[in-house]
Amino acid sequence: MPEPAHKVRVECIVNGQSVSFEAFPLARLLDVLREQLGLTGAKEGCGEGECGACSIELDGALVNSCLVPALQAAGANIRTIEGVANHDRLHAVQQAFITHGGAQCGICTPGMILAAVNLLERHPRPTESDVREGLAGNLCRCTGYIKIFESVVEACHDMTSSRKSEHRA
Amino acid sequence: MQTHIIGKSLPRKEGREKVTGSARYVDDINFPGMLHGATVRSSAPRGRIRAIHFGDGIPWNEFTIVTAKGIPGKNCIALLIEDQPCLAAEFVNHPEEPVVLLAHADKYLLEEARRAVRIELDPLPAVFTIEDSLARKEIIWGADNIFKSFRVEKGNVDSAWASADFIVEGDYETGAQEQLYIEPQGMIARANPSDGVSVWGSLQCPYYVHKALSILFALPKEKIRVVQTETGGGFGGKEEYPSMIAAHAALLAWKSGKPVKIIYDRAEDMAATTKRHPSHTRHRTAVTRDGKLLAMEIDFSLDGGAYETLSPVVLSRGTIHAAGPYNCPNVRILSRAVATNAPPHGAFRGFGAPQSVFALERHLDRVAQAIGIEPAELRRRNFIHQGETIAVSQVIHEPVNMDRLLDRALELSDYHAKRRRLAAENSTGHIRRGIGFASFLHGAGFTGSGEEYLASEVAAEATREGRLRVMAASTEMGQGTNTIFSQIAADALGLSADQIEIVQPDTAAVPNSGPTVASRTSMIVGKLVENAAHEIQQKLFQEGLLTREYSAQDFAAACRRYIDAHGALESLARYQHPGDLHWDDEHYRGDAYGAYAWAVYVAEVSVDTRTAEVRVEDFVAVQEVGKVINPVLAAGQIEGGVAQGIGFALYENVVWQEGRMVNGQMTNYIMPTSMDVPPIRVFFEEIPYARGPAGAKGIGELPLDGTAPAIANAIAHATGVDITRIPVTPEVLLEMLESVHA
Amino acid sequence: MRSHLPSYEMQAPRDLPAALERLAREPGVWKPFAGGTDLMVLLEAGKLSHRRFLSIWKLPELQGIEVAANHVSIGALTTYTAVRGHEILAREFPLLARAAAETGGIATQNRGTLGGNIANASPAADSPPALIVYGADLELVSASGSRWLPYTEFHTGYKQVNLRPDELIRRVRLPRAKPHPHARHYYRKVGTRRAQAISKVCLAATARVENGRIADVYIALGSVAPTVLRAAETENLLRGQSLTPSILREARSTLAREIAPIDDMRSTATYRRCVAVNLLAEFFEMLSS
Repeated sequence: MPEPAHKVRVECIVNGQSVSFEAFPLARLLDVLREQLGLTGAKEGCGEGECGACSIELDGALVNSCLVPALQAAGANIRTIEGVANHDRLHAVQQAFITHGGAQCGICTPGMILAAVNLLERHPRPTESDVREGLAGNLCRCTGYIKIFESVVEACHDMTSSRKSEHRA
Repeated sequence: MQTHIIGKSLPRKEGREKVTGSARYVDDINFPGMLHGATVRSSAPRGRIRAIHFGDGIPWNEFTIVTAKGIPGKNCIALLIEDQPCLAAEFVNHPEEPVVLLAHADKYLLEEARRAVRIELDPLPAVFTIEDSLARKEIIWGADNIFKSFRVEKGNVDSAWASADFIVEGDYETGAQEQLYIEPQGMIARANPSDGVSVWGSLQCPYYVHKALSILFALPKEKIRVVQTETGGGFGGKEEYPSMIAAHAALLAWKSGKPVKIIYDRAEDMAATTKRHPSHTRHRTAVTRDGKLLAMEIDFSLDGGAYETLSPVVLSRGTIHAAGPYNCPNVRILSRAVATNAPPHGAFRGFGAPQSVFALERHLDRVAQAIGIEPAELRRRNFIHQGETIAVSQVIHEPVNMDRLLDRALELSDYHAKRRRLAAENSTGHIRRGIGFASFLHGAGFTGSGEEYLASEVAAEATREGRLRVMAASTEMGQGTNTIFSQIAADALGLSADQIEIVQPDTAAVPNSGPTVASRTSMIVGKLVENAAHEIQQKLFQEGLLTREYSAQDFAAACRRYIDAHGALESLARYQHPGDLHWDDEHYRGDAYGAYAWAVYVAEVSVDTRTAEVRVEDFVAVQEVGKVINPVLAAGQIEGGVAQGIGFALYENVVWQEGRMVNGQMTNYIMPTSMDVPPIRVFFEEIPYARGPAGAKGIGELPLDGTAPAIANAIAHATGVDITRIPVTPEVLLEMLESVHA
Repeated sequence: MRSHLPSYEMQAPRDLPAALERLAREPGVWKPFAGGTDLMVLLEAGKLSHRRFLSIWKLPELQGIEVAANHVSIGALTTYTAVRGHEILAREFPLLARAAAETGGIATQNRGTLGGNIANASPAADSPPALIVYGADLELVSASGSRWLPYTEFHTGYKQVNLRPDELIRRVRLPRAKPHPHARHYYRKVGTRRAQAISKVCLAATARVENGRIADVYIALGSVAPTVLRAAETENLLRGQSLTPSILREARSTLAREIAPIDDMRSTATYRRCVAVNLLAEFFEMLSS
């Protein structure tokens, strides 16, 4: 076997906190998050960038963390599902998923919620087509997506009305 | 007392954990000193193992290595019978059959090691199709390759042909389907001779794993512990297979003295675990010119793969559902499950019924066409009514109104208008649209005396704070077990659902309420939850600690007093088989299921004739289910099931090469994305079933039965193509379109 | 994860000269690694045979979209998301924006780069047919200089490219003169499902109709040959012709002969051939309307 390569030290921001870790340069960011940073919310569903269960935000962009090598996380600003809620206050999308059946077995849910949050940040008033496209990279085997759409629409209404009341205040 | 929570959409009990990413699935859990485990598998479909070679360049002395010789008890994964080895010893009977287990702390080195093991074997001729297996090209299992066969007779089929105005025949096939739960299979084990074996993992049936490990290790029941971790989807794929992966992890733990975790990646999961049984059904139907069914002769075969596993039970359900919700006076069903050299096929939502119902519902549309009457009219003239018998001669005592369901479904989907209009519009343009339906039933619970045999138990315990702990082996895997049980118990006691705790399924802590399968959890086990809660309440009433009307505080105070006096406040509810259900196992007739859900599904499709791509444009699902315990969860079950049915009908094609699945990647095995599902409109009717909790019947598998045939019938309407096999891939449909227009 | 991670190395040179210098000094030892959407899949499957990579993901010189009077230059590291979001590209080169929108899902589009996709040289890639139709050029750079190459000369065989071991793709250049402002643009990818799908057949085409005759026609296809294919014979047949059923018939049979689709686990040669000619017909129908 060839001479093993050395690990590299990588510094980045995860959920608002500075972190520093050592990893093989081609280690998957997914594994670094799960195994070294204790952030097990992102999941491995396929290992090929198809299912989106590993979705995170990297510099504001939705990416599959199973396809990001650790070296390229250097200097990045990363958000995982653990960074979506505001301490104990759930994000509107999270709350909607609970009450509207957007989560069943829950394994796709962290990635799906990140995709939905990311979508609503880019399209505060998404059309149905925007929602379907925004979530097309996140596979769900339990729900048939219907209640995920309903949850996103509900969250969108909640967010719009709280923005309105913020403006009024 | 609290108002009723049954019938309300109580938010998912473990919802917060799931949406914050704090729910703990097996791969989120680690034990100190844990090793990773991996399985080395056969590449050949059948052969005799000559030698196992461990290649150079790997520090083998650092590895834990287990082969068949290292199994303390019996080398089998015990299920209905004990024919499936845990590790192949002398012979291999399917590709990906496990032969060697490896463990090491470094999971990357472990992969190198897995690649370095070579299994040398002398190949033997193998069999890959139902036809070759039945023809006995090779005998690969038992005396004749047949795991099980059934014969169902009602009336006198042979007498009916002479008086038929039409005799219609048809040949139907369904392919394998991968469950594709998004969380791959995984287990963590601890095992040693003095403490016994404990496993934690993704599974549906803790006591199935428990039994299998007990036999594998020759250890008594008390020395085996099985704990279900949060499970990311099952759909039947985690009914029997987890026993295998638990056995592997446990063997490595036993030998190494350390905890061992085995997690499959998607490639291994697709390659090695169970799939839906491929099927082949032949129909021969005698019918009058008015559309009255005189006789149905049905021949139904399932491909079971290399070992028996659950094939007899899948065959059973498929057989009983093969003639549908119709009152046909003469029926013969001959069925069998056969062996092939593929990884064993197994449970997948619907469990034999999606296969036989596809054939039936597609066939009846063809029968209607042969006679020249509308498909809906053909169904109406033959729907079963209360007091009549289905194919296995079960009298349907419960009220049933298929006509009403059909009316409603056709109205909601605008079926009749579309049936006419689309035919007219289709003559121009390259998009052909069509609409089709399926009418069907699904029996809830285990067949015949199965529930009696299971003898399920649920325990409950009240705490000093007035909370109720419910202990059952039924697992939550997204379908809502935790929430449903909470609602049932809460209503039984007049408490709020917050006061109910559903104990994590752990064989050390919960009794055996049977497997989480067969659409039985709400109806059968939920009733036991209700009974167990009532028993607690009764004890308090009997001691005079509680009056009929009480508050949550009263309840808590009563519990405290009872516990102070007696030490604990507990109950145990045991399944009682209704005395009026009789099943004749030998002749395969009688009361097959305690209750049926009834349904009519309608699919509207568009077909792009340039590419033969089929799109489902609209879907209406109407079903009668007894009682909807939680509307959001119930609708979620139907919607998710319909999406899986759309995959079964159109996208999910397993490509086989000599018993091996070659498209085992999510890129190449296609399930629907959010852009592939239509609006799915779900409607429920309720005729309460007296023996279900609040009248509920089972619904988990129902949607898989009717979705694919509704779509197939719609495609036939749209294009004039005679669909007889699924999945209807564009490649297959394009050729069929060319021949229709030629 | 089926690869032995400790055996893999990746370094991130700080800028393009540093990257090129390394490639020149040790040709063949280092391979460039952009967004990783192809390479990481191979790594996970245990199929990434090369071991040493240079991460070019952050190299500033390979980023950005420049609009000049006669050309639009797209840096090799431009992601699909950036392609989709660029106003001029969307307006003047709509097929490229369409192709970008149909590549994987949003997460893939955020990390997949045009340069990476081109270098990977899959015949099923979604953008190359649009690049061919728009007459794209590539600039390839090395420590010893740079050269321009028409994209049609870059992709030489199945997964084979005209790229030396010491070279990187720097940018893709699209001439703004072509396509003609009155040209019609057609793109259709037929995949395994509506989103996140590998292409079974893909056809990109532009043409202008002047006085009832076809002028300036460009047709390219993906997934029907070992490389992305320019349907030159079909173009030649159509050029200058009027939009009649008999011309369409001839064009269909020419295209059917010109392509070389195969059977694989996703689809069949028969299907691909049949659909390719149907897409051509659809393009033809669009021109007629």
